[in-house]
Amino acid sequence: MESMDEQYKTTIDAPVMEPGYTFGTVTEKISAIVLTRPASNGWFVGFGVAFLMTMMMLYAIGYLVLKGIGIWGVTIPIGWGFAIVNFVWWIGIGHAGTLISAILLLLRQSWRNSINRFAEAMTLFAVACAGIFPAIHVGRPWLAYWLFPYPSTMGVWPQFRSPLMWDVFAVSTYATISALFWFIGLIPDMATLRDRATHPVARIAYGMLSMGWRGSARHWHRYETAYLLLAGLATPLVLSVHTVVSFDFAVGIVPGWHTTIFPPYFVAGAIYSGFAMVLMLAIPIRKIYGLEDFITELHLQNAAKVMLATGLIVAYGYGIEAFMGWYSGDRYDAFTIWNRLHGPYAIPYWALLICNIFIPQVLWIRKLRTSPVALFFVSGVILVGMWLERFIIVVVSLHRDFLTSSWGMYYPTRWDWMTYIGTIGMFLAAIFLFVRLLPMISIFEMRTLLPEAEVKE
Amino acid sequence: MKRERLYGMMAEFDSAQALIDAAKRTHQAGYNKIDAYSPFPIEGLAEEIGFHRDEVPLVVLIGGIVGGLTGYLMQYWMSAVDYPLNIGGKPYHSWPSFIVITFEMTILFAGISAVFGMLALNGLPMPYHPVFNVPRFSSASKDRFFLIVFCSDPKYDPAGTRDFLQALKPRSLSEVPS
Repeated sequence: MESMDEQYKTTIDAPVMEPGYTFGTVTEKISAIVLTRPASNGWFVGFGVAFLMTMMMLYAIGYLVLKGIGIWGVTIPIGWGFAIVNFVWWIGIGHAGTLISAILLLLRQSWRNSINRFAEAMTLFAVACAGIFPAIHVGRPWLAYWLFPYPSTMGVWPQFRSPLMWDVFAVSTYATISALFWFIGLIPDMATLRDRATHPVARIAYGMLSMGWRGSARHWHRYETAYLLLAGLATPLVLSVHTVVSFDFAVGIVPGWHTTIFPPYFVAGAIYSGFAMVLMLAIPIRKIYGLEDFITELHLQNAAKVMLATGLIVAYGYGIEAFMGWYSGDRYDAFTIWNRLHGPYAIPYWALLICNIFIPQVLWIRKLRTSPVALFFVSGVILVGMWLERFIIVVVSLHRDFLTSSWGMYYPTRWDWMTYIGTIGMFLAAIFLFVRLLPMISIFEMRTLLPEAEVKE
Repeated sequence: MKRERLYGMMAEFDSAQALIDAAKRTHQAGYNKIDAYSPFPIEGLAEEIGFHRDEVPLVVLIGGIVGGLTGYLMQYWMSAVDYPLNIGGKPYHSWPSFIVITFEMTILFAGISAVFGMLALNGLPMPYHPVFNVPRFSSASKDRFFLIVFCSDPKYDPAGTRDFLQALKPRSLSEVPS
């Protein structure tokens, strides 16, 4: 591994970490952001805005509980409006965090060490945002726990032949495993903060979170085994989650949903949007907190390349959908494609193609791939594009199905928008708190990247 | 207050290489009850201090098997035994539909076993530990490397062990109060 890494480090132009750091300076630099750096006015303004957006979301949800989902734009035939669009969008964003922390760990991509922590945090917050939507979409959110198999006095059980039930298990497992993975990654760093903190409250809080970690060789051995096994478990899990989400559609018979390309194309799309979100967060954070030495041009470039690759898989998915619309000979499938291109939702569909397929091709240009400003912009475009993709899949497929008599249109209301924008606020508020309270880069994994960490027996 | 008992003798080192060399020599010298502390995992260090049996994989395997069986049998019992319900003419025991949840439950139980199994085998959480009594030990989570010989080691003797550790050229040497 060492020699491969060495080779890797020397053949590319940007290093994983700028040279000149020691165990001590890496530790100080990352922990100082949490322990000694005062919160800036910019932080308060940013957190304040995000907090207000969160309050708006709670207001919208509160009104929904009071009035029912009639306040939303959902009607028959479009029973799955923004709630499902946003659910799929958020859960997809979460996927990049697990890809970075688990899959890249198994592939021994050591550059992941400087971005895995906050990518995992992003996963957790994105899954939290995603989880809100199905729960409030059930109509009577106070009965959402009926989704789980619990021994009720009614004597009935959930219907396990339905993909919606599979989704309940997939998403709740994903949330649990992501939280555990994040937490065990934090334990050694909590010990570092416990030993560095001067404020008694901080020492006690980090001390409790560190579980009394003392860095014993036996502990590290079991820790690394558990971490590796968790990565091995999280890898098929993350692929299964968006596969199961795609089953929610693909198992249905609606034209535009009933297709076998959905699982791989959903997973690729999830990683595509997730990396876009990672970049949208990493680019400002590395600038504001002066972390360019740890999150280097290499990380930006690699993320851009992952987006380029997954973007092409997504483009292939769109191509196959269109091809199958023609090749299947099924007039409803063919009509679905025609309807996307020329129907009442043609503008979002063309915007989707521009955002997800055409604009991201600029990443082939090396100069743009290494420019933080260009990457930030392209990532934003991809996030919009991926949201539009889910909108097209959910709304456009439903609004014109087999019978013209049951055609309809979907008009999101202000409550739909408030809930959606509110979850973005909740996500950002959580990120703002995270960067102030926890080390956003894994300190102990950064230490292992230093040349002094290498030992020979 | 007078300390009546010691917990061990602790040597501090500057580098991972120094620690791994010292651990190897200490273990070869016949000390068995020793431990090493580092700010990041060092490959091979656990083996040097005589740690060979890592039970975490077994715990995870058992967790995964239990999870998978729980997931499948739960669905079978609920759908085919306790409340058989005809859904679209599908068999009560429609096993292909049960695979997804069986898989998710396998991962869930195995993952929980990995985390809590690791913590339990490590004896964590343990907020208090005698090694924290050494003021310099706070650097073990930053940039220093420590080796300890426990007093419970049969070969331990206050003067001899001190001399032995001194010969390893540590940066500092401390007694760890119990």
